[in-house]
Order: sequence, then structure tokens, then C-alpha cells
Amino acid sequence: MTLTGRNFIEPPDFTVEEIHELIGFAERIMAAPGGYAERAKGRLLATLFYEPSTRTRFSFEAAMLKLGGQVIGFSGEQSSSAAKGESISDTIRTVACYADIAVIRHPKEGSAKVAAAAADIPVINGGDGGHQHPTQTLTDLMTIKSEKGRLSNLKVGLCGDLKFGRTVHSLARALCRESGIEFILISPEELRVPDYVKLDIGRGNGSTFREAERMQDVIGELDVLYMTRVQRERFFNEEDYIRLKDSYILDAGKMELAPQDMIVMHPLPRVNEIATEVDADPRAVYFKQARNGMYARMALILSLLGIE
Amino acid sequence: MEVNSINKGIVIDHIRAGCGMKVLDHLGVDQAKDTVALIMNATSAKHGRKDIIKIENLTDVDIAALGLFDHSATVNVIEDGKIKQKIHLSLPETVRDVIKCKNPRCVTSVEPSIQHIFHLVDAGREEYRCEYCDEIVKREDAIVNN
Repeated sequence: MTLTGRNFIEPPDFTVEEIHELIGFAERIMAAPGGYAERAKGRLLATLFYEPSTRTRFSFEAAMLKLGGQVIGFSGEQSSSAAKGESISDTIRTVACYADIAVIRHPKEGSAKVAAAAADIPVINGGDGGHQHPTQTLTDLMTIKSEKGRLSNLKVGLCGDLKFGRTVHSLARALCRESGIEFILISPEELRVPDYVKLDIGRGNGSTFREAERMQDVIGELDVLYMTRVQRERFFNEEDYIRLKDSYILDAGKMELAPQDMIVMHPLPRVNEIATEVDADPRAVYFKQARNGMYARMALILSLLGIE
Repeated sequence: MEVNSINKGIVIDHIRAGCGMKVLDHLGVDQAKDTVALIMNATSAKHGRKDIIKIENLTDVDIAALGLFDHSATVNVIEDGKIKQKIHLSLPETVRDVIKCKNPRCVTSVEPSIQHIFHLVDAGREEYRCEYCDEIVKREDAIVNN
């Protein structure tokens, strides 16, 4: 596998085998992190966060610092030259003069692709609007593999705001390349996945999908339940919101309908879509998922920098 | 109606009736110094009615863009009064700066100087996908709203 110098803008930038190897690398780092403490010494990660972020930014920064590297960057558009009207291309070109690798989060869809085309250092997409979030996907795949023991032949429920949920779009794009994935897309009609995600699934490695409106109707058949939040303001009318809102809140009652070996995932932050009573259920793996994120990003940074 | 044949240039034939103006507009030849003829609603054995464009002295046109506007048309390259090459258009695999992405969340709405690029995803349904945001658009909607 050589990922040296490459960008990671969306999951198909890497082959299925490369993704598997990357997950394996992340697992090795997690098993013995001390052995990697100095690997990125002298290297600089630039974090260009035009949008607020807690988890992703912290986990990138923690990943680089734990590898012995250093971090520069900004958080919030107002604290960058974007406030003066500078283009993404110009900003990343300037940053590339100082940093060895960059991660960008920007509210516009496709922004990371523009940055990658302009920069001569590896660029990582830290989330581009409601489009893609590939490093969350690495984390999600690592979690599924460790919890279920496989990435193939799974029935995966994606639940909540599937229209604007970038983590869902990335995960579907990555998982559909594994074999035998059945997706159940659980959302209100207004928040169904974009057509391109359905197209990806239809062209996947034998993957299929069907749509459902209520979680309780399908939870009993799932291997993985991936939760995202449905925001009230996304509904077109109040009646639908009142009728459906409880369908997207996971609580102990709904967990009783779920198989004993199903896992519950969530990219976090969680608001009210998973009741806190579910946290104690051994099937809830979302905090493990958050921990995996840092190791996945450590593996990614080292690989793109060409450091074993 | 009589329109003289040309000695050198291109003739875009079999354009769907009513689409000629749009094609001409895209070619941007309205400011050309050479002779341009747009024939609308000409009789056609194949289509009933068709539009035809003749442009004198121009031989280099964006075939991909023409294919997007009307892939049933043909382009005849004329030299010395004869057809030197006949090109049957098809839906292009990729088009650059021909149609614009209408997704307000797409980076093309804010980033200056980047090309609007679309890739064909379904020839049967005539659907294209934006290079940046993956928004899928129907060819017809894209050219009407362009």
C-alpha cells in the first residue's frame, strides 16, 4: 500500500484493500501507541476549520501531537483570511508553504476537492458541508470491524437525517464496496438520502437498499444501527414532525426490539436522538467509536506522509 | 427559403426544431465576423422539422458541448465546398463550463475561477453528476436552466 502524498477527500480515493490496510494500521497503533510517539516529529499538520468542530478537530490535533508532530490552524471563518474574501485555493496554497499535510472543514460541498487540486501537500477532507466526511467513515468502519468482526454481509440501518448527513453519505459510499451489504434507510420522506448515494449503492458490490419511515418497524432485523439526529427545522410541516419525531429517538423500549448482537453507532454529538439510558447497554458503541477516531486519523496522517 | 452553401466552415444539421437558438447561443458566434446562418423549422424527412446552423470559416467547435445540447444533431466539417468530416454527436462523458451547478451548497457557488464539471452517470436517463457536490441533474433541466 502506498498512500504517500495522496489526498483523502472521499472513500473511493482509496481502494477497498487500502482502506482495510489502513484500518489494520490504526488497530496496530491502538494496541501499542507508545511505539509511534515520535514518528511524525518535525512534521506540521495544518487544520483549516471554516466551521465549528469539536470532535474532528480535537481528534486530528490529538492524533498529530501523539505522533510527535505539531499543529497550526484556525477555527471559524472569521479568524481566517476567508473573512477578507480569500478563495479556498489561495488559502491552501499559502498553508502548503508551511505545513506538510492539511485537513480542511468547510461548509460548501466539494470544498475539500478544490483545496486538494490547489495544494501540493496531502489534503484530508474533515467534512465538506452535507456532502462527505471520510475520516469519520474510517472510524466507523474500524468500529464495525472490531465489534462485528467483519465488514461484509451486514444489514445496516442508517437512521435520521439522511439528506444532509455527511457521515451517512460517506459511510454508504464506503460500505457499498464491501460485499453483501443491505442498507435500510430510515428517515422521513423529506430527509431521504440524495440520489447520488442511491446510485452509489446500486453500483456497489452487490449492495441493496430499501427505505423505511419508522425505526421500530425494522430495528429487529439489523446488525448495525447508525443513528443521526433529525432536526425539527428540517421538516416541511409540523404535523409530520409530531407524527414521526419519536420514530427517530432510540430508547430502552426500542432497544428491546433489537437483536442482542446489534450495535448502535452515532458520529456524535448526540442531542436527544439516543436516550442516555441506552448508554449503559453493551450494544451502544458510540463512545468506542469516538476513541477509534483518533487512531484512525493517526494511521491516515502517517500513511499520507509516507511514514510507516 | 434559400441559404447558400459554404466553401469552408461547419454545418450543424438535424438539430431538434427549436433548439438551434440555444446551440448558437452557446457557440458564442453572435460576435463572429464570419457569416452565420440559423435556419429554423426546416423540413426534415427524418424528424419532420429541424434546425440547421451554418458557420463560415469556423471548423473548431466544442463537440462535447454540442452533444449535450442535442446529441441527435450531426456536425459536417466543410472544406473546399465538400464535406470533409461528418461527426455524429453523442452524450458527452464529461462537460466543462457548459452547464452550471445549481446546488447552492456546492463550492462552485463561492469559489472563483473553478470549472463547472459534470460527468454522465446514466445515458438512458440523460443524467449528469457534479464533479464537486455530486448533485445529479437531468440534461434537459440543466440546459434549460443554464
